Amino acid sequence: MTYVLNLTINGAAQAIALDDPRVTLLDLLRERLHLTGAKKGCDRGQCGACTVLVDGRRINSCLTLAVSLDGVEITTIEGLAEGETLHPVQQAFIEHDGFQCGFCTPGQIMSAVGLIGEGQAGTDPERIREGMSGNICRCGAYHGIVEAVLDAQATFQDGVKRKTA
Amino acid sequence: MSISRPLPHDAAELHVTGQARYVDDIPVPADCLYLAFGLSTVAHGEITGLDLSEVRAAPGVLAVLSAEDFEHMPDCSPSAEDEPLLAVGKVHYVGQPVFLVVAESHLAARKAARLGRVDYRELPAILTIDEAMAAGSRFEAGPVTWSKGDAAKAIAGAARVIEGSIEIGGQEHFYLEGQAALALPQEGGDMIVHSSSQHPSEIQHKVAHALHAPMNAVRVEVRRMGGGFGGKESQGNALAVACAIAAARTGRPCKMRYDRDDDMVITGKRHDFRIDYRVGVEEDGRLRGVEFLQLCRCGWSQDLSLPVADRAMLHADNAYHIPDIRIESHRLKTNTQSATAYRGFGGPQGMLGIERVMDHVAAVLGRDPAEVRRVNFYEEAPGALPPDPRSTSPKKKAEVQSTPYHQPVEDFILHGLMARLEETSGYQARKAEIAKWNASNPVLKRGIALTPVKFGISFTLTHLNQAGALVHVYQDGSIHMNHGGTEMGQGLFRKVAQVAAAGFGVAPEMVKITATDTAKVPNTSATAASSGSDLNGMAVKAACDIIRGRMAAFLAERHQVAAEDVHFEEGRVFVGGADYAFAEVAKMVYEARISLSATGFYKTPKITWDRMNGSGRPFYYFAYGAAVTEVVIDTLTGENRILRTDILHDCGASLNPALDRGQIEGGYVQGAGWLTTEELVWDGKGRLTTHAPSTYKIPACSDRPGIFNVELWDGRNVEDTIYRSKAVGEPPFMLGISAFLALSDAVAACGDGSHYVSLDAPATAERVLAAVNRVRGDV
Repeated sequence: MTYVLNLTINGAAQAIALDDPRVTLLDLLRERLHLTGAKKGCDRGQCGACTVLVDGRRINSCLTLAVSLDGVEITTIEGLAEGETLHPVQQAFIEHDGFQCGFCTPGQIMSAVGLIGEGQAGTDPERIREGMSGNICRCGAYHGIVEAVLDAQATFQDGVKRKTA
Repeated sequence: MSISRPLPHDAAELHVTGQARYVDDIPVPADCLYLAFGLSTVAHGEITGLDLSEVRAAPGVLAVLSAEDFEHMPDCSPSAEDEPLLAVGKVHYVGQPVFLVVAESHLAARKAARLGRVDYRELPAILTIDEAMAAGSRFEAGPVTWSKGDAAKAIAGAARVIEGSIEIGGQEHFYLEGQAALALPQEGGDMIVHSSSQHPSEIQHKVAHALHAPMNAVRVEVRRMGGGFGGKESQGNALAVACAIAAARTGRPCKMRYDRDDDMVITGKRHDFRIDYRVGVEEDGRLRGVEFLQLCRCGWSQDLSLPVADRAMLHADNAYHIPDIRIESHRLKTNTQSATAYRGFGGPQGMLGIERVMDHVAAVLGRDPAEVRRVNFYEEAPGALPPDPRSTSPKKKAEVQSTPYHQPVEDFILHGLMARLEETSGYQARKAEIAKWNASNPVLKRGIALTPVKFGISFTLTHLNQAGALVHVYQDGSIHMNHGGTEMGQGLFRKVAQVAAAGFGVAPEMVKITATDTAKVPNTSATAASSGSDLNGMAVKAACDIIRGRMAAFLAERHQVAAEDVHFEEGRVFVGGADYAFAEVAKMVYEARISLSATGFYKTPKITWDRMNGSGRPFYYFAYGAAVTEVVIDTLTGENRILRTDILHDCGASLNPALDRGQIEGGYVQGAGWLTTEELVWDGKGRLTTHAPSTYKIPACSDRPGIFNVELWDGRNVEDTIYRSKAVGEPPFMLGISAFLALSDAVAACGDGSHYVSLDAPATAERVLAAVNRVRGDV
């Protein structure tokens, strides 16, 4: 039986025919839609390399069945930059050397965008470390990752202040 | 000048936008097939029956291969040709590939692989170090022993004799990108292979051998890996060979990617060790003689175990001059995964042995462990220019001191380096404050440790210390650079591109970094032993020097000046009062029919090594560093945290301080993980029970020390390395030893100091709690 799934992915509405209800969002993105930015690190929700945003909330796409997501908006790493202009979190990861091999980076960045959106971390490095601890970086670039999140958060706050001022 | 600048990683923008491609991201032709292995379920057994009918009948399956499908089973070993691609007759560990499924999708292949029925007659399995020692199960005929002087006599004559033992666990690489390969069949039986490998030449060699083809029929390309850490030095061979065989037989592209659990069950890890020691020491802490017994669990096949065990012996001294020493090393064969290369390559285990000795000696003598370390340091070599005034050791000897393997230590800088770190970290004051704090806190206890690192740089197999490069300058002035090193996150490509840019005096953006390709640079060594930028940087520099020399000669003749008076700076070329854009010169040289392409070659000078006798100069130079770690433990649960870490590390004259800093921080985190939370557990049947990050605890962002100060030692390599820099991949890993010994210090604070607490590694919360109970006498 085929089931049609309606999703908005990185701003574009798509109707996707699924012939198997057990397909995960990660496999759908990588194998059907060729969005290979989200990575398969452990395929069991423990490494965070597959993190994407669903309606602005960060999730492990390897543990999420695509059929459960009808009607949602999905943002992947490919949809973060606006044209040539990098998202502030992307820019901050470059500036603070928040990676080495880069394999966890798309997940780290999506997780950081989600964390900042949640508004819980503030400027406390310890809370950022906790909030980012679902994303493993085996190269151990955690110093740069935390600095990048702090910096991006500050950029957002500046932006908000400027807008409200 | 592009050297020494903290430029970001070469693919930074690709990484943050998700465009950087790893093997599993490369678009494949529509007819691509996918592979999975069926795995052994017993640790040792004879295969008495193999029924693959259900596998063949499973949906999407095109072919299933097992031993009977090969006249000669292809080999996947990097050394002794003892690793058949698929088990032949017998299996030697739980997880050994027995058959290969070729299917229309990754999932179909994996599902079908579960349907194979294998009957075994189980044989006795040797799983542990003790079982292997009892059975005499080993590689090489007997133990390897190296000695200097007469250790037994020196120990007998010393004021005190101290004995002990430490268990040291293994470590899973958990490269975030699992093993993967893709084979694309070409016309005439040629094969292109994309592999997540640190060693493309070996992949080429193994694939060619499996296909009964010459090496020139196989081209291997590696753009990048999602982490390697040694785990992709030999462990990718099986996937590449399987893909190539299946591609040759079906005529279709074939891809294989291990699922994470399979990856952890199939592939080798860091060797676990037990090190027994007997030490003769004077009252001032000075070592007179040391005997080490290193027992190393190698798993079922030889892989790289012999050089790993050698390197453990080569680092049994770490930074200390031991006049009389004997090191006996047993390389034990067990029915477990074949332990393999892992960052440090045996060095960390050997080094932990002597660092444990230092702490044990300090505890018995009631001295500061940092002081015991200092009195045992190598002297600085006479005539060596210290990069810092404090690096002058108390008294200079007329002769250079030598290691247990008779290599003179000519570049020792730890006297000054450790003194500076003690000062910047406030070690002494904090140690006193912690003792006071511990006296008034019964439940939480803090601990602190300062440990140094001296790590030998060069492959111990001397012929591997060579590298090649290929550089083209196009007529528009753009530069194409290729070399034999692979990029796994360490920043090699960026560093080498900085060398190329400096060679032509152009901006780094002018240099195109390209994938490692066995068709461009042949006969390369693995990107391993921290050697990547030392070897490939020099090879690229050699190629650039040749082309620049030709450009300079052309302009010199034209302007009637000497070639030395032609200067390449900031994208321009200056000659006899005139100057040209670099691109302009490239075009003129091309039109003058002069080649703008060159290969470069480099071999490390000065090294010689006799491994059987344990004598020579295996290392071109040493890299140094030191770390102070402070921890706190909860004595009721054993839970613990790293509170603060201070590191001072020697990268020589750094090629790129930002990348070097990343290697130091990351190396420390990984090293501390190895010795604290990362525990591999096999059950009594030889099954690895920790085969996912749910049960194998890798350091997370929240495990990083709250205060983490990292500084680079501002020195220059005394040897003539690329721009006087030093290798940085492995040495900082061993700074993590300070975290382990800080935990040991915190545990010791729970007792009255009457006996030494021997904490084993990894110091999990469970082990810390047990040690606390032991030291309090509550066992």
